[in-house]
Amino acid sequence: MADSDTTLAIHEPGLRHHFDDSAQQLDSSTLGMWVFLVTEVMFFGGMFGAYTVYRNMYPDAFASTSHFMNVTIGAINTGVLIFSSFTMVLAVRSAQLGQKKAIIAFLVLTLILGCVFLTLKYVEYHEKWVDHHIPGPSFQYQDPRYVHQAQILFFLYFAMTGMHAIHMIVGAGLLTTLIVMASRNRFSSAWYTPVEMIGLYWHFVDIVWIFLFPLLYLIGHTQ
Amino acid sequence: MSHQIVSVKVYAAVFGALLALTITTVAVSKLELGEFNFVAAMTIAVIKATLVVMFFMDVRHATSMTKLFVGAGLFWMTILLVFVLSDYLSRGWIPGLRWL
Repeated sequence: MADSDTTLAIHEPGLRHHFDDSAQQLDSSTLGMWVFLVTEVMFFGGMFGAYTVYRNMYPDAFASTSHFMNVTIGAINTGVLIFSSFTMVLAVRSAQLGQKKAIIAFLVLTLILGCVFLTLKYVEYHEKWVDHHIPGPSFQYQDPRYVHQAQILFFLYFAMTGMHAIHMIVGAGLLTTLIVMASRNRFSSAWYTPVEMIGLYWHFVDIVWIFLFPLLYLIGHTQ
Repeated sequence: MSHQIVSVKVYAAVFGALLALTITTVAVSKLELGEFNFVAAMTIAVIKATLVVMFFMDVRHATSMTKLFVGAGLFWMTILLVFVLSDYLSRGWIPGLRWL
């Protein structure tokens, strides 16, 4: 595509008619994406609120569950997600610079890291299955005092990490779409809005995990 | 919002800081600090989230309108947690009022 900055073109590439210029168009998209992300904050906020209430009611039971959380996998997954946010931001930067091959390379790297996260999550869920830590009729807990209360924590664990994982899967689908679009040369330094918006989504999912990791894995480490 | 391109160095520094904070939060969780364990873990999480929002999500270069919306989201999240806790934490403070 032609470079739009040099000539007095009536329409820059990718610019819709009802916007003054590309900058205004990108600002509008960014604002819209943030409105969506704020609804996501509210959505996860409800679950964080439930966690806060039950943790206040049963602090000892909640702390006792930390022994059965795989902190190593949790910490590695935190690193993997942070690394994927870093590669995502580099993909956006490549898009800004119009480096088409670099966009694809960084998006593919981000997707791979997302899949690594989900694979490790699967390993953890399998551990919980083997240990009978999945809430329901077959739930078993090592400390008889806390069977019911610990079950609440594991319910919250699966609800919160499960919703997070679903967001990761959606993100992986969005990244695949971006990779296809990038390989069809849809993006230029004048228009790369989808890369930037999905980047915002990906970072948001990272932030949710940043709070989930200490709350679910590190609560009763010292006991 | 003119889109200034941020250097890779800045992103790499933020990435390094986030990794260092992750190691710190795991290390601090192994210390015996009582109630302060939770405070420390949440402080580190908030610092990490702020780094991601400001640098990776580039809110520091965003328009005032976007910043306002981000702030509103945080404000409403605070209302949710503060009002819920002001109920649950204060139950039983007045012994005579059994229905509270």
